[in-house]
Amino acid sequence: MRPLLLALLFVTALARADEVQVAVAANFTAPARQLALDFEKETGHKAVLAFGATGKFYAQIRNGAPFEVLLAADDETPAKLEKEGAAINGTRFTYAVGRLALWSAKAGYVDDKGEVLRRNEFRHLALANPRLAPYGAAAVEALTALKLLDANRPNFVQAENIAQAHQFVASGNAELGFVALSQVMKDGRLGEGSAWVVPASLHQTIRQDAVLLAKGRGRAAAEAWLSFLKGERARAVIRGYGYEI
Amino acid sequence: MSVAARFALAWPGFTLDVDLDLPGRGVTALFGQSGCGKTTLLRCMAGLERGSGRLAVNGETWQDEASFMPIHRRALGYVFQDARLFAHLDVRRNLDYGRRRAFRRAASADSSRRDAIIDLLGLGPLLERMPERLSGGEQQRVAIARALLTAPRLLLMDEPLASLDHARKQEFLPWLERLREELDIPLIYVSHAPDEVARLADHIVVMDAGRAVAQGPLAETLARIDLPIRLGEDAGAVFAARVAERDAEWHLARVEFAGGELWVRDNGTPVGREVRVRILARDVSIANSRHDDVSILNLLPATVEADAAEDHPSQVLVQLRVGETLLLGRLTRRSAQRLDLAPGRQVWVQIKAVALVG
Amino acid sequence: MFSPSDLAAIWLTLKLATVTTLLLLLIGTPIAWRLARTRSWWKGPLAAVVAMPLVLPPTVLGFYLLLLMGPNGPVGRFTEWIGIGLLPFSFGGLVVASVVYSLPFVVQPLQNAFEAIGERPLEAAATLRASPLDAFFSVAVPLARPGFLTATILGFAHTVGEFGIVLMIGGNIPDKTRVVSVQIYDHVEAMDYAAAHGLAAGMVAFAFLVLLALYLLNSRGRKS
Repeated sequence: MRPLLLALLFVTALARADEVQVAVAANFTAPARQLALDFEKETGHKAVLAFGATGKFYAQIRNGAPFEVLLAADDETPAKLEKEGAAINGTRFTYAVGRLALWSAKAGYVDDKGEVLRRNEFRHLALANPRLAPYGAAAVEALTALKLLDANRPNFVQAENIAQAHQFVASGNAELGFVALSQVMKDGRLGEGSAWVVPASLHQTIRQDAVLLAKGRGRAAAEAWLSFLKGERARAVIRGYGYEI
Repeated sequence: MSVAARFALAWPGFTLDVDLDLPGRGVTALFGQSGCGKTTLLRCMAGLERGSGRLAVNGETWQDEASFMPIHRRALGYVFQDARLFAHLDVRRNLDYGRRRAFRRAASADSSRRDAIIDLLGLGPLLERMPERLSGGEQQRVAIARALLTAPRLLLMDEPLASLDHARKQEFLPWLERLREELDIPLIYVSHAPDEVARLADHIVVMDAGRAVAQGPLAETLARIDLPIRLGEDAGAVFAARVAERDAEWHLARVEFAGGELWVRDNGTPVGREVRVRILARDVSIANSRHDDVSILNLLPATVEADAAEDHPSQVLVQLRVGETLLLGRLTRRSAQRLDLAPGRQVWVQIKAVALVG
Repeated sequence: MFSPSDLAAIWLTLKLATVTTLLLLLIGTPIAWRLARTRSWWKGPLAAVVAMPLVLPPTVLGFYLLLLMGPNGPVGRFTEWIGIGLLPFSFGGLVVASVVYSLPFVVQPLQNAFEAIGERPLEAAATLRASPLDAFFSVAVPLARPGFLTATILGFAHTVGEFGIVLMIGGNIPDKTRVVSVQIYDHVEAMDYAAAHGLAAGMVAFAFLVLLALYLLNSRGRKS
């Protein structure tokens, strides 16, 4: 299935010279869609977006996937690709800084200081697998800093990624969970339920870096997409979705 | 004592509609071409098909408009065309399957009967075998014993010989004849083979297109020339006789029947024993006077009772009375006219072949 | 060779597969029996529902199970009402999901076995005074033995190999829902290839042995 999809993408890329193939970290799905619309209006170029886990994109790019730009969920993967020659040196930059939120689908469940963690009156606390996902690792760091890790660990339900962590909470199966703020923000405000935006000081900065990939070398649309992301118009959109920049 | 069976059932392209009153003892053959509904009727009696109607077996109602006794509550034995032994059980356990269930409370009470039935059908040496290691005839013997061991009040057999080749059939028929002599319950036997019917049946129901078109005692019914179905080469008379004398020099036996006597090949049947004699219509020829200068051994005086057209326009079937016994003879229409055969006419019948059928 | 958490995952996986297989046989047998013997209009729809896990991605099943068994889903409301709480992130939830997911692997071999037996031996049993229930246990079940063997092995093995649904509704909790396949996934994603190899090679060997056993059983069944 996936090779077929990639082949299809590849064929369209050849046929339409004014398109850019972008691999987008799943947590950045909503802002990337909005940005692609604005980008097309401003430049006439079209950004073709593929969403997924950064680790998977890494493996695909290393194996010849036709992506021209990567918007990663972390800063390590772009650096690694650059070192390995799969990305162009010097094109790496931070396009967004992720914020962690403790969120519940129920209104009023999570207070604005995170005291709910101290009371520990829930059965399930969802988070992305800290071994695999930056937001999961950040959640564990925050709990450690609050000295609440041991009290809450028995209630952990671990998701494969941040999108699944959101799903666990959204479906009500977990009363609350650590998600990306961008997942619960809509038009600069909390969409539904209740949330505590975890102070950035409690965990390492979740830097999301973009990089121009080898396949995008010398492609006008790819370069235009990267400079568009650095522009103030794009940054306003990104902030609106709960990222800092 | 009787088996009263009235069944109606309609399927696309087939309708069964019968109302029978069968003898409460002896062998009744349900006879007819394949597709005539004889197996369906048998399955209705067992409850395997749900026909509407009524079935009473020697006074016990198994089914009527208001009630339907499930198959497993009917005291019947059923022998299928394909023996249907249980492949996962050896012969002994196959035999025990129905017996244990029929005699849940008195399992030990009938062990002598069990041994007798195993003996009757010669199953002693087969008890430890698995069904797959039995010949077709052996399988059918086990199937019959298995059915008998439930102490049925009605025994139903659906062409138990149909799946056997000729040699196996000959080997198997004597077992069935022994069984017939021992049996004190009604046996309803489906067959399309006239020789089996001639050998085994006491009573016959001739079926065609889902209806019973003729029924009655075997001899009487087979000698009818107005049967709605044609038996062709198998048309002939069957009647009872008794061995009166055995001639050691010529290896012939003289049998007496109601109306005369016949010389037949001596097959070892002792003097005084009742036998069944079958004379096919094609083996009977007719003369206006007695001819002693022919090779034929059996010459009998007879009266022409009736005649009927055969399938082929050249042939006629003639019913002849020899004493109290009816015979059938087949000859060409041309000969019939030359001999001026008409009911009441006195003739001589020459019988080319006589078969003792048990 | 295996870490304590690997061993816990192996033990949990075997426990899950055993419980699931027993339940599958209990639930799958009557379904297969009905499917094999009915000619009613609902045979097609029922067969299609049972076979759906064969074609649906596990993530679809997992997603719907998560919603159905959640606090707002009908199953979730029911389990809360009878006092056993919510099923996701629990061993019971994995059992329910595994039963749904592996159902076709148990029902289909059983259905094939029952269909191969056909009406004939059962009719014979009925004429030998066996009630339908009696005939089922004394004739149909023993004759369908190869089908039961295949169903048991496939149900067990398929549950051991299940991943997508467990990932969706399991929550990766040690001793409760972290089964071997999830453990391997974690090792691989974390690039701990040595640990992944140990478990993955074990799974490969297990799958080979199971399929070999199945093949041998089948060929022996044909011969006898």
